[in-house]
Amino acid sequence: MNSEIATSIPREEELPVAARRPWRALVVQLLGPLTVLGGVVWAVWQPYRIVLLDRAGQGIYDYLFQPPLLVVLVGLAFTFVIAPGLVEDLEVEEQRGPAG
Amino acid sequence: MVPRAESAHWLAAAVSLLIGLLLVAEVVVGTEVFRRRAWRAYLFPAVVVVSSVGLWVITIFSTFSTMHLLAHALWAQAALVAGAVELALVRGKLRSPNWSLVPAFALMVSGVAFLVHEQNAWLYSRSAFLHHAIGWMLVGVAIFPLGQALRPRQVVWRVGFAMTFVLLAVLLFADRDAAPIFGRFGALGGP
Repeated sequence: MNSEIATSIPREEELPVAARRPWRALVVQLLGPLTVLGGVVWAVWQPYRIVLLDRAGQGIYDYLFQPPLLVVLVGLAFTFVIAPGLVEDLEVEEQRGPAG
Repeated sequence: MVPRAESAHWLAAAVSLLIGLLLVAEVVVGTEVFRRRAWRAYLFPAVVVVSSVGLWVITIFSTFSTMHLLAHALWAQAALVAGAVELALVRGKLRSPNWSLVPAFALMVSGVAFLVHEQNAWLYSRSAFLHHAIGWMLVGVAIFPLGQALRPRQVVWRVGFAMTFVLLAVLLFADRDAAPIFGRFGALGGP
């Protein structure tokens, strides 16, 4: 068969990976802030679960473990400790492409 | 000075939420990218192993009831074994996807322990309600690591396994030592 007529089939994986999966970095970046938002909404919805707002008769553990604040803390930890490195590695992976 | 049960449950909920977020992130970016940095690869198994140590500490303080002592010891052991297996998988000492049967077994045993050690009926109190709910939830979600062992390529098992910890966190955060089941709904909320 004449190779000038029968051209090769375009390879799907030659498309930039970032163009195919741009949502991944966004989802990773949103996980932490959404968790923080959940904790804040919970604190507004049930303010009595924040001991700082009602100190009468509370012990040390009541101050240490306040559920909405724990949620916010987990969200902040993910946002500032886990997510940045993940997004960075994801971008490196996407720049490398499938050949990398 | 021992913390109240609800305080320990909320701390466990925070750890569970963190594990859930880590696993969701791993599903989103893929295992290869997630494990590109060694500390991140070891984070999940390390958190599970440290949690098991925390559970052993709680077991020490659970002398008020033999059932609670045995249940906490069982959870601690299950978490320790599951964490150790995950550590060996990350390290490359274990390779077969069949090792996912270990967390499946750990979840199943943990769920049964929840159900067995709760001596009150579902609607006795919020704590009793949550013990039953968490117990049956853990028994049910054991299907996710089981699926990972049998069909490791299907992403649904990994998503389910990750969401298991988020759901567990929600249920544990809802726990109170003494509260009506659905306090906001007045008399319909139970005792």
